[in-house]
Parts: sequence; C-alpha cells; structure tokens
Amino acid sequence: MNLTRHMRRASAAAAAALALTTTMAACGSDSSDSASADGGKTTATIGVLYVGPHTDYGYNQAAYEGIQELKKEMPDVKVLEAENVPETAEASRVMEKMIKDGATVIIPTSYGHYQPAVEVAAKHPDVIFLHQGGPKAIKPNLGTYFGQIYEAQYLTGMAAGLSTKSNKLGYVVAFPIPQTLLNINAFELGAKSVNPKVKTNVVFTANWCDPAKQTEATKSLLDQGADVISQHQDCTKTVVETTERAGAMSVGYHADASSLAPKGWLTGSVWNWGPLYTKMVKAALSGDFASSPYAGVYRVGIEDPTIALAPFGKAVSADTKAKVEAAEAKMRSGELKAFTGPIKNQAGKVVIPAGESPDAASLEATDYLVEGVVGNIPQS
Amino acid sequence: MFIEDVFSGAVRYGSSVIFATQGEVISERAGVINLGMEGSMLCGALAAFATASATGSAVLGIFAGVAAGAVLAALHAFLVLWRGANQLASGLAISFLGLGLTAALGVSFVSKQITGLGAIEIPVLSDIPIIGPGLFAQDILTYLALILPFILVFLLARTRWGLVLRATGERPEVARAYGYDPRRVRAVATTIGGALGGLGGSQLVLAYTLNWVENVTVGRGFVAVALVIFGAWKPVQAAIGGLVFGAALSLQLQLQARGVDVSIWLLQMTPYVLTLLVLTITSRRQSQQIPEGLKAVFGGGKAA
Repeated sequence: MNLTRHMRRASAAAAAALALTTTMAACGSDSSDSASADGGKTTATIGVLYVGPHTDYGYNQAAYEGIQELKKEMPDVKVLEAENVPETAEASRVMEKMIKDGATVIIPTSYGHYQPAVEVAAKHPDVIFLHQGGPKAIKPNLGTYFGQIYEAQYLTGMAAGLSTKSNKLGYVVAFPIPQTLLNINAFELGAKSVNPKVKTNVVFTANWCDPAKQTEATKSLLDQGADVISQHQDCTKTVVETTERAGAMSVGYHADASSLAPKGWLTGSVWNWGPLYTKMVKAALSGDFASSPYAGVYRVGIEDPTIALAPFGKAVSADTKAKVEAAEAKMRSGELKAFTGPIKNQAGKVVIPAGESPDAASLEATDYLVEGVVGNIPQS
Repeated sequence: MFIEDVFSGAVRYGSSVIFATQGEVISERAGVINLGMEGSMLCGALAAFATASATGSAVLGIFAGVAAGAVLAALHAFLVLWRGANQLASGLAISFLGLGLTAALGVSFVSKQITGLGAIEIPVLSDIPIIGPGLFAQDILTYLALILPFILVFLLARTRWGLVLRATGERPEVARAYGYDPRRVRAVATTIGGALGGLGGSQLVLAYTLNWVENVTVGRGFVAVALVIFGAWKPVQAAIGGLVFGAALSLQLQLQARGVDVSIWLLQMTPYVLTLLVLTITSRRQSQQIPEGLKAVFGGGKAA
C-alpha cells in the first residue's frame, strides 16, 4: 500500500538523520587522545572528562589548563580527554571507554558527573576516581576534591568595594546552591570590609551557561546602577564582554578573562588546578591511594596554590591593589578569615556569632544571603 | 525606569523568536509544519558567528546565517515533500541534527570574539518614554524583526504570492488547478521559513550575545512553533507572542535586580504556561484557524 511505503520511507529518512546526528554529537564529545610528548614509554593512562568546551573562559578552561600542566609535570602519563560530556549516562559511557583504553585513573571534573562516576567506580574497583566537587567519597576507589574559592571571592569583593563609584555591585548567578551563596556572601563581606555603604544586587539565571540570559541579567544589573559585575556561571565570557561594552568593571570567575575586558577588568577568583591534579594522580598511581588524603573528601583553602587571584587590571588603583594584597597575605597565613562573626543575614538575624569562624564543612551548608546583598534566594 | 527597562529587554530577548515565528507562519500557512526550526536557528547562529569571526563582518554573517537556516529547512522539505517522511518525525530529526552538528563544528568558536551589529539610535523617537529605547535604539536585525510581521501580513493578504501560498496550505487542488505545483510552493515556503529561522539565530549571536556556545538557542525554535499556534497562524499575533516570551524573562530579571522576591521557576515557565492556556481556552477557535493542509498532520481534523 501507498501508506506503508510512505511510512517506511519516512522512518528510514528519520533514522538516517538521527544516526547522522548521533555520530556528529559523538564527534563533538569524543576525546582527543594526547600521548606522551616524546612518544616514549607510557607508564600509565588517565582519563579526564569536561562538561563543556575547554575554551569557555570558565570552569572547563580552568580544569583543562590544570591538566595541561599535569601533562608537562608527568610526561610519561598518557592523558585521554573528552570535552562536552553531558551529565548523563553518556558520562558513564565515556568513562567505560577510557577504562577499556587502559585508563587506571579517571577525573570527572563536573559536579553532575558524580552519579555516573559512582556507578562506574563500583564496577571497576581497580580504577581510581578523583571527582571534582562531589559531596561524598566512596571507599575504596572514589575520592572528591575541591577548593574554598569563596576565600578568593572575599578578596575580589574588596577590590570591587574599593573601585565602585555607585556603591552598587552586581552578581550574575546560575542557581541558588551553597557554593554560589557562599561566593556571593564572601564577595559582599569583602566589599563591605573596605566600604560600609556597598550593596550587592543578585540575579539568578537558573542556567550554568546561557549567553542570552547572561546578557539580559547583566543589563538588568547595569540598569540598576551597578558599576562592578561579578558572576558565578560556567562560561564567563558573555557577562564580562557585556559589562565591558557598557563601560563598567568586571570581576571574573574560574579563569582569567582579563583579555576580554582591557578597560574594566579588576581581578577574579581563579583555579590553578595543576599542582593539585599532579599530586593526586601521583598518589593514585603510587599503589597506596587509600591512605592518601585524596581518597576522602579533600578540600583546600586559599593557603593552597589551587586558589588564586587573577592578575589585576588597569582599572585597579595602586592603593586598592596594596590593600587587597595585604589581605591576601593575611588570609594565606590564616590570620584573616572570610567568614568571621558577627555576620547577619538579610533579615538582620545573627547567623555567625561574634568571634566565630565556622569551618569549611559547616559553611558548605549555607542557605542564606548576608546583610547588604539585595535579592532573594528563589524558593522552589 | 522599570517598565521601560522591561520593554527594552523584551524586544532584545524576543527578536530572535519573532524571526522564527514568522518563518514558521510562512511554512505552516503553506501546509508544512517545521519542527526543525530549532535546527535552522542553531545552524544559522553558528554560521553567522563563524562567518563574522572569520571575516570580521557581521553583515556577511547575516547572509551566512540565512543560508544555513535555509539549507536545513530545504532538507526538511525534501524529506517531507519528496520522500514522504512524517512531518513531525522529520522536523524533530532535523532539529537534533542541527544541535549535534553545531555542537561538533562550533567547539573552536566558543572563545572567539566578534564585532557585532551595533545599535542605531533614532534621534528624538528613542527618547519617547517607555517604548522609545525598546523600539528605536536597536540594531538593524531587531528593527527588521519588528517590521517583518507587518510586511508578512501585507504579503499574505495582498499579493499573488500570498494567495498562492495560502491556497496551497488550505486547498492544494485549487492551487494546482491554477497551474501551481503545490509541492514546489510548499518547498519554497519551508525553505524561506528556515531562512528566517537562520536570521533569528543570526540576531541572537550577532546583535545580542555576541557569543557562540553549544545549544545557544536553548529551545527558541520550539517555542516559536508553539507561539504560531498561540498566534493562530497570524504573523502579528505570533510576533506578539515572541514579545511576551521576551517580556517574561526580562520582567523576571528586572524584578530580581531590584530585590523583589519573585519565583524564577514560575516566570521561566510563563511562555509555556501561557501557550498551554491559550491552547486550552481557544482550542475551538484555533482549530478553525488552522490551515486545512495541516489538519492531517496535527490529527485535529479530517485531512484535506
């Protein structure tokens, strides 16, 4: 019959198109294998997963640059890398493929790769998993690591508080989760420590990387008179560029984006993952991973080189620079903490009593914004 | 000023969707549903961005974006009209093709910087309170998005081209009786529709974000298809739907920036809830407006 023939044709056409799509998508996410530089003997193979492209001026670029440093430090280690790996069963597939290709250490760098990593780790007890930002370690072969980058965000807040003329700072945030709330709070506290009048207006975009929303969110903050814009997004380029075009100042996040804002760049909180990646992979390959700190929930503060400030831009005065650097030195020595009571929430209630400095674990439960932040935590 | 800021944001954010709705109106009025609009927008966006990045000319980028959107829609037209593919299945496949293709080809453009289309302020008019900045201080493509629906109304109602297009969508045998090949008319309409989708993608990256990332359109093409139903296949009504879509986001962000307690989740849903509501309330009227040729595809009535 005519109809059946049509249907057969239709499904064939659709299937062909879908197959092509899947192939293309796979090309996008599959790895660029990079063998050891000298082509010499490979002593071990590791696999690294990124959730986005390595050129995002953000989270993935920071992780990628760390891995490139690891490659230089450990030239005899073969590194399999996969970009644009979604936080789905696709991540499990990529990890399984890497293990099949000989990887004995897997580094999934996105928070959402955690669940797939847990599943694959259970199936391969002989492979070691180092998960970036995950909540729990799972014995014996999955550890998680992260850094308290909010401590650097306190310092960038100081730079913003000293540089603003309108006393209004803007913050473009993805989702209201403890890590983002901590960063916003630290930013406002740092700014307030040098400029009591300063307020931080917050806008949530409910997306980690949506340039159109980022543009509109940045404009809405600029409309409110904010003259310094910071952010917590995965890809940072759009917010920085939109801010620069409007003649306002930028505080970056994740990776150094100063080249995008030659006029308005102040500084930024950035990751310097190289040294930690190298230490962790060495421990994982040593044969005694279980007794290393990386087998647990490993967290580093600003005393560790993992967390750094991006270079200061032209918009930062010498005086501001000196003040921020002095505070940075005090933080690195432990003399200054980002969160030291008394700290009040937006309702004016004391959330951290006078003289207290909560540890990282209790700060990771933050569910409030501090006094001086304008904006609301969206309730579900 | 609050309303002024919200309105400007609505126009900026909604323009790309307006282009896609106009493309979809043309396609559907001729009798072809193009769920591949999202793919056309994405391919248009990447082609526009890549061309602007390589040549330094945003204007050349527009042409590339239009061409890429048209090519994808032409593929849909071929599958549907010549290979007898199911319109919905083919459209979805085309959208996913666009998503996968641009994700793969676009990786190296993520970090590129381009010079976008600048705003052209119209003196005096742009100083009108409330609507001035939104309507008269935009880039060239946004102006086009605002004018296009009116041009399309004229073309559909007053020109021979419009008559043939509508006849093909309503009663293909009438078009055939007058010597027009309905298949060719539909193919041309679908391709023009995709070209407009590509133009929407171009507006998004050349005039608005000035950035490319994977899936930069985040479903705008699908929103456009829904808005065409919302707009009862009428260009201006569909375009107003696009503005409402933009306003929902702009309103939410402007309220947040002012420290007003709003549910971002609720406002994110606004365009979709709105479309569903309209579909529910006006389904009777809507089903009368639906081009006859589409009824077979939607299954909402007897095939023509």
